[in-house]
Amino acid sequence: MTLLSIDWFFIIEKVLLISGVLVLSLVVAMYSTWGERKIAAWIQDRLGPNRAGPMGLLQPLADGGKLFFKEEIIPNTSNRFLFILGPSIAMLVACMTSAVIPWGDTLTIAGREISLQVADVNIGILFIFGVVSMGVYGIMLGGWASNNKYSLLASVRAASQIISYELPMGLALIALLMMTGSLSLKDIVEQQRHGLWNVVYQPLGFFIFLVCAFAECNRAPFDLPEAENELNGGYHLEYSSMKLGFFLFAEYINMFISSALMATMYFGGYAFPGMDKLGLDGNMVTILGFLALFIKTLIFIFFFMWVRWTVPRFRYDQLMRLGWKVMIPLALVNMLITGALVLARQH
Amino acid sequence: MVLSVIALISALGVVLSKNPVTSVLCLIVTFFTIAGHYIMMNAQFLAVVHIIVYAGAIMVLFLYVLMLMNLNAELEPQKRNWLKYAGAISGGALLVVLVAALRDASMPALSAQPTEVGLIKNLGQILFKQYVLPFEVSSILFLSAMVGAVVIGKKD
Repeated sequence: MTLLSIDWFFIIEKVLLISGVLVLSLVVAMYSTWGERKIAAWIQDRLGPNRAGPMGLLQPLADGGKLFFKEEIIPNTSNRFLFILGPSIAMLVACMTSAVIPWGDTLTIAGREISLQVADVNIGILFIFGVVSMGVYGIMLGGWASNNKYSLLASVRAASQIISYELPMGLALIALLMMTGSLSLKDIVEQQRHGLWNVVYQPLGFFIFLVCAFAECNRAPFDLPEAENELNGGYHLEYSSMKLGFFLFAEYINMFISSALMATMYFGGYAFPGMDKLGLDGNMVTILGFLALFIKTLIFIFFFMWVRWTVPRFRYDQLMRLGWKVMIPLALVNMLITGALVLARQH
Repeated sequence: MVLSVIALISALGVVLSKNPVTSVLCLIVTFFTIAGHYIMMNAQFLAVVHIIVYAGAIMVLFLYVLMLMNLNAELEPQKRNWLKYAGAISGGALLVVLVAALRDASMPALSAQPTEVGLIKNLGQILFKQYVLPFEVSSILFLSAMVGAVVIGKKD
């Protein structure tokens, strides 16, 4: 009777958690589209979406419904299988990263400790790196399979941009890891809970990570793969209906995940000042911690949007020069200083 | 077991497919199955690094070049006959060498106990204590390769 030896509660708990995290990221991504338009309107002194529902709150639903019911066009000369695979990979990869982020401390329900993290693996950060590096395939395959020169150009741009900015991102993370001594995101948050936030120790590293996150998400000012005035819309030029929706949606999910990641690694994650001195019940503290993480994430998402509507787009050679000649040396210097300080503290 | 079957099928796909892009995609699937094998041997670090480096970076560059060259099955020039023979002979020679090398190798069965070497902490300890010299020598090798690439790139 091997069936009975499986911890069914464990499986149910994880399934619930995974679906919860997925729904959360989808809903946040959905309302990011609304938020993006509202913030753009606010910055440009307009009203923004205000027809569907109060304050235009039903606008994302209307947009989604429109995308689902639009006619689907697959170009005759395209590679059909890869054409469909492109947006699927983009969406799949975007949803996978959330697995290792600790969304909160443990909840105690009916005597069981439930960790609000899908998987606490000892290579958490590397897992995210691996998944993010897969994300470029969605764009590349989609752009190539469309059999359109603008799409191809855009996907080539995306590939070289993402690979270039992965390097300084990794170097900035190495400096962080030297201090924490652990790759598990849970450990990193717990260390920040009992000490200062990592951004205090790693201001330069955080800055580099932030810039690279913008580039990895293809967000303005680094949104060259979809520069509409040069490339007619970029890698998703030939896409219509929900396949286009998936590409756009994956971008918003990526934005949400990278915001959550920055909040977790540099801004204390679910820890907030004085959380151990409130004298509240453990479950209450966990829920408050989750809210703290959520608010931090939303602030980062707002920052993403603020930058998009403030800073103009880079030229492509400027982007490459920034990546290779500014970001990588800066990250190396940061790593060197961190290493020296860590060594000095040990002696 | 399932992983190995997928690995073999996709590896065959790399060789047999007519379209170079399909070939590269099969190779990516092969890398993923190999990473799966690493995870089953409790070497998570190796698995993730394998995915990041091979599937994430090197194959993207492969795909990049292929897409820019835009090779198609119809446009590909017919290969000459002697090229086919040369390929078969060199492949066969490699097979002979491999078989000769592996014939005498002893293959101890994997112990059922999961080893802890592949976990990141132990791997770091081993790399920087026991094997520090080979590790540094290989990093110098990479550095020289990088310098060489820059020199070639600067020529024009």
